[in-house]
Amino acid sequence: MSLPGPAGFRNRRAIPWAEVPCRGLEEFRVEVAAATAGGARLVSLFGLPEDDQRTRLVAVLGDDERSALGVTSAVVGESYPALTPQCPEAHLFEREIAEQCGVTPEGHPWLKPVRRHPPDHLPPGRTASARDPGDYPFFQVTGEEVHEVAVGPVHAGIIEPGHFRFQAHGEDVLFLEIVLGYQHRGVERLLETLPPARAMQLAESIAGDTVIGHAEAFCGAFEALSRCRKTPRAQAVRGCALELERLANHIGDLGALAGDVAFAPTAAICGRVRGDVLNLLLRLAGNRFGRGLVRPGGVGFDLPGEMADEFRERLGTIVAEFEQAVGLFFGSESVQARLEGTGVVPAASCRELGFVGPTARASGLERDVRHDHPWGLYRFAHIPTAIETTGDVAGRAMVRTIEVRRSVEFLLEQLAALPRGDVLRVEPGALTPGELVVALAEGWRGEIAHVAVTDEQGRVRRWKVTDPSFHDWTALAVAMAGTPISDFPLCNKSFNLSYAGHDL
Amino acid sequence: MLRYLFGRLRRGSHTLAYPRAVPALPERYRGRPALDRSRCPEGCRGCAGAAPGGLLRVDDGGAPALDLGACLFSPEEAAACPAGALRFTGDHRMAVSARDVLVTPTGEVELARALDASAQRLFGRSLRLRSVVAGSCGGCEPDLNVLGTVVFDLARFGIQFVASPRHADGIVVTGTVNPNMRLALEKTWRAVPEPRLLVAVGACALSGGPFAGSPQAGTGVPADLPVDLCVPGCPPHPLTVLDGLLRLLGRLERGERQQGGTEAGRGGPEGERMGR
Repeated sequence: MSLPGPAGFRNRRAIPWAEVPCRGLEEFRVEVAAATAGGARLVSLFGLPEDDQRTRLVAVLGDDERSALGVTSAVVGESYPALTPQCPEAHLFEREIAEQCGVTPEGHPWLKPVRRHPPDHLPPGRTASARDPGDYPFFQVTGEEVHEVAVGPVHAGIIEPGHFRFQAHGEDVLFLEIVLGYQHRGVERLLETLPPARAMQLAESIAGDTVIGHAEAFCGAFEALSRCRKTPRAQAVRGCALELERLANHIGDLGALAGDVAFAPTAAICGRVRGDVLNLLLRLAGNRFGRGLVRPGGVGFDLPGEMADEFRERLGTIVAEFEQAVGLFFGSESVQARLEGTGVVPAASCRELGFVGPTARASGLERDVRHDHPWGLYRFAHIPTAIETTGDVAGRAMVRTIEVRRSVEFLLEQLAALPRGDVLRVEPGALTPGELVVALAEGWRGEIAHVAVTDEQGRVRRWKVTDPSFHDWTALAVAMAGTPISDFPLCNKSFNLSYAGHDL
Repeated sequence: MLRYLFGRLRRGSHTLAYPRAVPALPERYRGRPALDRSRCPEGCRGCAGAAPGGLLRVDDGGAPALDLGACLFSPEEAAACPAGALRFTGDHRMAVSARDVLVTPTGEVELARALDASAQRLFGRSLRLRSVVAGSCGGCEPDLNVLGTVVFDLARFGIQFVASPRHADGIVVTGTVNPNMRLALEKTWRAVPEPRLLVAVGACALSGGPFAGSPQAGTGVPADLPVDLCVPGCPPHPLTVLDGLLRLLGRLERGERQQGGTEAGRGGPEGERMGR
C-alpha cells in the first residue's frame, strides 16, 4: 500500500507545503478511503484557509508498519462530499472541520457540533452563520420502557465537565451520546497567534495531565521546522520524563479503577504511589506535572547522576508497592467479576473508527507511536508493546499494568546510562517558510499529533492538535452499548480520556 | 485477606504530619515569586516591556508589581525582569482571601484570613465542597483529587468533596470560566444553600491563566461572584491548596505575613508555629 505525498515523509520530518498533493474533491475522497481500506490510519484531518473564500482540507495518514506518513489535500468551497461514509474514522474530524471552517461535509451521517463555538478558521472573506449552541439534536430511542438519563456537565467528583445522554431500557444502555466542548479554550488559535515563549506554556496546558506528551509533540514540530537538533542527553531526559508521566497516570488510574469497584486496598496504595512518581517530576522540573521541563531545542533542567541514582532507587520501591497493589487487585475474584466482559470494544471497531493507545492495544491492535514512528530516545531503546485481546475493562487495566512494568524497566536502564554532555538546550532558529510537519508522540492515552504549517514568511499558518482522546471518546460510546448503566463509571474510568484534550 | 492485612500493617501510615510539620519541597520547586525592589537599577523601566497580562506588571504609578493570580510559575517568568530582581522563593504558601490581595509590589501577600466567628461555627469542623471545573486544562483537578488520598487526607480536617451542590457549603472553581461553562457554574452556585463559600483555585480561575486573551476562554471567576479564597498556582501544589483551606477554617496562623525568604516554606521555625 503506498501512501500519497512525498517519499520519506515521516514523524518530525518537515516537507515543503508545495509537495502536499492537491487533488480534486472526488479524487481526494477516493484516495483517503483507499488508504484507510488498505490498512493506513487517519492521523489527522483538518482545514485551513486557502484564500479569501476557500478552505484547504488536509488528510494526514499513518502507515504504522512502515513507519511512514502520507498526506493529501483538496480545496473546497462551502461544502464537499463527506469522507465518512467510506472512511468512518473521519467522522469526528469532519464534524470539527464543519465547525472550525464553516464547510459542510455533504452526506455525513451525523453532522453535529463538536465544541460548540463560532468558526475560528474561516476564510477571511466568508461570514459564519450563527448556530444556537443550545440546539443540539440528541439521538433518542422511543419505546414503552425506554428512558433517558442525563449526566453532566458538572460531574459528581472532581472531574472535568462533559455531558452523557443515555438511552436505557431498564438497566441496559441502548445508546450513549457523548457531548463535549465544555473545556474549549481556543487552544489552536492561541498556538497560531501567541509568541513562541507563551505558546510553549500553552502547549503544556492543552491537557494538564499530559504536560510532557503535548510539550514533546509541540517542540518536535517546532524543532523540525527550525532544523534544530537536540543533544542525546536532552532527548534522553525527555524520554524519561514522558515515561514518568505515563507511570503516574497509569498507576493513578488503576487506583481509581479499584476505587470504582470499591476495592479500597489498591485504591489507597495506588493513590499514594502516583504521588511518589509525581514527586520525581517535581524533583526534576519543579512541578508535579513536569511543567518547565520540555522546551524547544531540549530541556530546561538536567537530570544529574545523583538524581538519576535517587530516581532508580525510588522507582524500585514504587514498582514493588505497585506490584503489591495490583496483585491484590487482579487476585480478587469479586473485582475480576466486575471487570471481565464489561465494556467490550471489538477489534473491528478499533480499526474502523481509528482508536489509539491502550484502548486499541487492549483489543489486540499493535498501535504504539514509540514503536511505529519512533523519535528521540525511542529510536535507540525499544519498549515492547503491551497487548491484550479481550477489549474489556480487565484488558485495558492489564495493558496499563504491563505498561507500568515496561516503563519502569526502561527508566531503570536509561537512568543508569544517560548520555554525557553539558548542553541541555540548543537555541532553535527561525521556522522554515512554506512547510508542513507532523510531530507524533505516544502520550499515556495514545497518539498525540501536532501538525504545523508555516506560511511564506515563516510564520505559523496553522497549528492542528489531535489528542488521543479525540480518536477514543467514541470507544466509550461503543463500549457502553449493551452494558448495564451501573457499569458506566467503571467503563469511563477504564479509558480515562481527556475532556480538555478533546475540547482544546 | 491475611496477605493484605500483613501488608497493611507493614506499610504503616503515609499521612503527612502536616500541619505540625511541613515537608521540605525540592530545590527546583518554584513557589511564590518575589520582587526585590532594592535590585531595581536607577531609571530602569524594564518591567514596562513585560508581556501584558502576565506576572510582572507596572502599576499606575509606574512602579513594578507582581500579580500572583496571573503567574504561571514557569521558569521563564523570572526572566521577565531584565535586572534579575524577580525570583521564585520556594514558599508554597500563597492562598489569600481576595483577588486584589494577589497584586503586590514585592510578591509578599497577606495570607488568607480565617472566616468570621459565625462562619467558623458552621464550617470550622465540617466543610463540604463541590468542585466545578469550568474550562480548565485538567491539571488542577488531579491535584485536588489527591487531597482526598492518604498522604494529605483532607477528611481528617473535616473537609470533603461532595457529589451535589445541595450537599455543599461551597464550591471550588477551577478553569477560566469559559462561555461553554459559564451557565453551569452559575446554576451550580445558585444551587448551594446559603451561607456558602467560593474558592478559586489555579491561575485560570484567577486570571484566565495561559488562555487569557482567547475569546473562547474566560478570565476566571466573574467579578459578580464573591470569592472567599484564592489559591494561585499552575497547578497549585496540593500543600498550597491545603494551606489555604486550613487558614480559611482558622486551623493555621491568622492573617500571617511571609518573612519573604526561602526557609519560610521549609519546616523552619515558622513551620513549628503553625497549627496543631
